[in-house]
Amino acid sequence: MQEGEIYSRLTKIFRDTFDRDVVLRPETGAPDVDGWDSFAHIHLTLAIESEFGVKFKTSDLERMQRVGDLATFIEQNARQ
Amino acid sequence: MDWLPSDPAWGSRLDSTQEPSDSAEVWKSLVALSKHDLDFVECAKLDRLTQKVAASGLLPLRGVQRVRLALLGSSTLKHLVSGIRVAGLRRHLWIEIFEGDYGLYHHDLLDKNSNLHAFQPQVICLALDAPHLLNMAEGNIQGTIERLRACWQLAKNAFSAMVIQQAALPVAPDFFGNNEFRMPDSPQAMLEGLNRALEAAADADSVHLLKVDKYSAIEGLNVWHDPTLWFRAKQEVHPQVSTLYGDYTARLITAHLGRSAKCLVLDLDNTLWGGVIGEEGLQGILLGEGNAAGEAFVALQRYALKLKERGVILAVCSKNDEADALLPFTGHEDMVLKRADIACFVANWQDKANNLREIARSLKIGIDTLVFVDDNPFERNLIRQELPDVCVPEMPEDPALYVRSLSRAGYFEGLALTEEDRQRAGQYRANEERETLRQSSTDMQSYLRSMQMEMTWKPFDELGLQRVLQLINKTNQFNLTTRRYSGEELRKLLNNPDTRTWQIRLKDRLGDNGVIAILICVLKPGEMFIDTWLMSCRVLGRQVEEASLDLLVEEARAAGIDTITGEYRPTAKNGMVRDLYSRLGFDHVHTDGEGNNRWLLNVSTYKPRETHIAVLEGMHAGR
Repeated sequence: MQEGEIYSRLTKIFRDTFDRDVVLRPETGAPDVDGWDSFAHIHLTLAIESEFGVKFKTSDLERMQRVGDLATFIEQNARQ
Repeated sequence: MDWLPSDPAWGSRLDSTQEPSDSAEVWKSLVALSKHDLDFVECAKLDRLTQKVAASGLLPLRGVQRVRLALLGSSTLKHLVSGIRVAGLRRHLWIEIFEGDYGLYHHDLLDKNSNLHAFQPQVICLALDAPHLLNMAEGNIQGTIERLRACWQLAKNAFSAMVIQQAALPVAPDFFGNNEFRMPDSPQAMLEGLNRALEAAADADSVHLLKVDKYSAIEGLNVWHDPTLWFRAKQEVHPQVSTLYGDYTARLITAHLGRSAKCLVLDLDNTLWGGVIGEEGLQGILLGEGNAAGEAFVALQRYALKLKERGVILAVCSKNDEADALLPFTGHEDMVLKRADIACFVANWQDKANNLREIARSLKIGIDTLVFVDDNPFERNLIRQELPDVCVPEMPEDPALYVRSLSRAGYFEGLALTEEDRQRAGQYRANEERETLRQSSTDMQSYLRSMQMEMTWKPFDELGLQRVLQLINKTNQFNLTTRRYSGEELRKLLNNPDTRTWQIRLKDRLGDNGVIAILICVLKPGEMFIDTWLMSCRVLGRQVEEASLDLLVEEARAAGIDTITGEYRPTAKNGMVRDLYSRLGFDHVHTDGEGNNRWLLNVSTYKPRETHIAVLEGMHAGR
């Protein structure tokens, strides 16, 4: 999957989760996005799992703190 | 929640509700949005929007019942809040939720200065996770029950609240397998024993159980519970079932408020039996043992009968001649439901929205207590649009799944069975009154417009001939002359210069209805004679007749013909089209000794009626 496609699908997930447009960069993290707390983070990861058909392991989740981490994980694990 | 419809335009409908100005309007939109098969992201979006509107002061709407619910637990419950509130919306309830700090429920119940006491809940839901329950009294079931009963008592004494106790979610792993129950200290056996003991205790204390053990077995424990989320976020119930969790909770509250549905309104053809009684007759309909579909229809009837014994009123709403509709009830030995089981029986050709109003009125119950079961998506959507308070579960195409869909929808949630419940259905039957139906007040025009109907037609062709043959030989009701043709006779019409033929197909936004109308005309000097005109009753009331006549007129004009003639030949079955020609503006010419009458239309003065059907001459019309 192309990086551009991953980011555009991620942008939609962020928009659905936070009800507004969020500009995503690889280094974007929870402190940059108002409302991105631990609860929203669970929401995000679940939405990503269903959108891309991936499954985060408990240990993966600890590492997924930035948009770039999420995108890399998706790139490596999503079914083409 | 597959008993609710899904709508591809749901997201854009949500977006268009973003800047509301009118309380009643926005409430109506939000309620309509809630009555869809939502995933947890959509549900959370709808809930955020609802809360945003409430913050702006437009909600809660005056007159809407408000419920203060305290959700108390021992682990994370925040993700369940939106599902409960949206399920309230779905039932026209405004549920306000107090989330207890987790683990502090016992303290909060005791402490008169707690925020919980300030909130004054009317409903308390104790949603305790299984590990917590196992630890409560070191795995002793009776000890655990006693602790819970103490909490229930506190809640009742302090707030006179309705108490909902969530059963234990059976999350414990296997140690012993099939014989887990033989291992006394098995956590799994413990949870099972606890859930059994809870039933007796709940009965004794008038507490209501949220049976997540049962529902997780139906939907799958692995769907309900994900150890990853438990360890990461202490969410015992997976957010993906939070919409279901909310619905199950709201059902109990609805029942407690006495607002569960009261009446099951059943369609007949292809709902209670397979096929169309008016077309296929007693021998032709599918019902009874020896045939898979026939057995499925029996199963739905049994389900309805059992609901009736439980106190649910049964009604019938069918597009049929009443005599035909009654036939199976008196003459088919596999009918489980008898006429006497039906408190209100409505069979006519009026639109179903009016008929449902009439049913509610004659039974003297609210329109919001009706559950409408119909196999036809057109009818279901009409009711959803015209009578948004009526519960309309989706019915899958396969009749084998009807009972499941109705059962899953949970509209008839009950709390405790009383003798009165059992007698209720009989009482309503005694009250039944038969009055003439009121004039149509349903806004059919706007509904039909919203259906985006598209009619495609073409002359008979080899490809479509089988379907034409079938329709010509089995259609009895909307059939003006009931002339039957053999395949050979039809084939001769294909290239006959003196005949014109139409096979007409209707599509709408709900799908393709297939070929639903057939016309055969014979050209004579100066005259076009309608030899055959028939239509499937499934599309009755959708202006297909008017649009079909437009086609005939167009053809006549093209052939330079000024007069269209038609004939109505009465049979035992086709009374419904007795007045068709008169209704369409034909003049009566002559009636012969057998009651056959002739009608005439002057093409030059004919003005097409306004319909909401787009008409296309289509290459693929017959397929």
